[in-house]
Amino acid sequence: MEMEKRDEGSWSPYIAGGMSGLVIIVSVLWTGQFFGASTSFVRSAGMLGKFFEPERVSQLEYFVRYLPRFDWQLMFVIGIFVGSLIASVWSGSFKWQGVPDMWAERFGTNPVKRGIVAFIGGIIAIFGARLAGGCPSGHGLSGMIQLAVSGLVALVFFFVGGIIMTRIVYFGGKK
Amino acid sequence: MNMLIYGLLTGILFGFLLQKARVVRYDKQIGALRFQDMTIVKFMLSAIIVGMVGIHFFDLFGLVQLLYKPLVLGENITGGLLFGLGWGLLGYCPGTQGGALGEGRWDAIWGILGMIIGAGLFAETYPFLKNNVLNWGNYGYLTIPQLIGVNRWLVIGVFGAGAIALFRWFEKKGL
Repeated sequence: MEMEKRDEGSWSPYIAGGMSGLVIIVSVLWTGQFFGASTSFVRSAGMLGKFFEPERVSQLEYFVRYLPRFDWQLMFVIGIFVGSLIASVWSGSFKWQGVPDMWAERFGTNPVKRGIVAFIGGIIAIFGARLAGGCPSGHGLSGMIQLAVSGLVALVFFFVGGIIMTRIVYFGGKK
Repeated sequence: MNMLIYGLLTGILFGFLLQKARVVRYDKQIGALRFQDMTIVKFMLSAIIVGMVGIHFFDLFGLVQLLYKPLVLGENITGGLLFGLGWGLLGYCPGTQGGALGEGRWDAIWGILGMIIGAGLFAETYPFLKNNVLNWGNYGYLTIPQLIGVNRWLVIGVFGAGAIALFRWFEKKGL
């Protein structure tokens, strides 16, 4: 095995992943909630839209189906932010960084360039996730755990799309 | 109200574990799509195996309510691909990018904004999509054991064995 750079305070992904599986089991047993994330952006968009065009939001069928309000999942997504903040500050791995290392190596450290691509990526990703009916949490974790064919199909195509795009973005780069 | 608190607490636990395993970072997410670093795949598969065994075990006693998405090929495939393409640009997932922001990777803000806008766009186009792309190839609620006609524990066993073989291969290759 190759020698890896020591990353202080990090846990094995097998252990942390397995523990996450336990968290999912307890969550389903206790509150009946499987993990998911992408619906929260629909609710957030609805809440934001209500500020500008309350009439429009109340008419759109999709916002009637997913009412613009706080629910278990939106709080779950906010909790992920809090949990990561606690873990990173506690272990000293918090780092204020606007351009990821791998990106900077290839495209430089201009945060605007990175920001524009990230923004466009976010629009496309959530549109796809809503079309697919879920994201790597909802389809990938929850769907696969329940052995749903929809979860498997979506997860495979998440990776197919991702591999195609990174081939384009990092075309001709090192391996 | 209680559900909101449970959501937040579950998110905090999950966010803590995600950060500890370092899976929220752009370099890890894109690293997997470029076959350079399989940390996120190890994490996901570990969570899936543990979750799978636990959820189906408790389901034997009727203690959990399964809740997965129907198989709709038009949605799962096009949406999955689209999500993947956006993911390859952004390098964060809907659920984990809050965690990326939590550990100080502030370019995740652009992704979050993009996703709120994108979710709004999806809500706007939903009536059109519903009559065209959506619902093509609808097979309803279908699980892998139902599809191939075998006992679910056989599928879980094969999945687990496959994942462990994959882990061994990753470790051998230093991925």
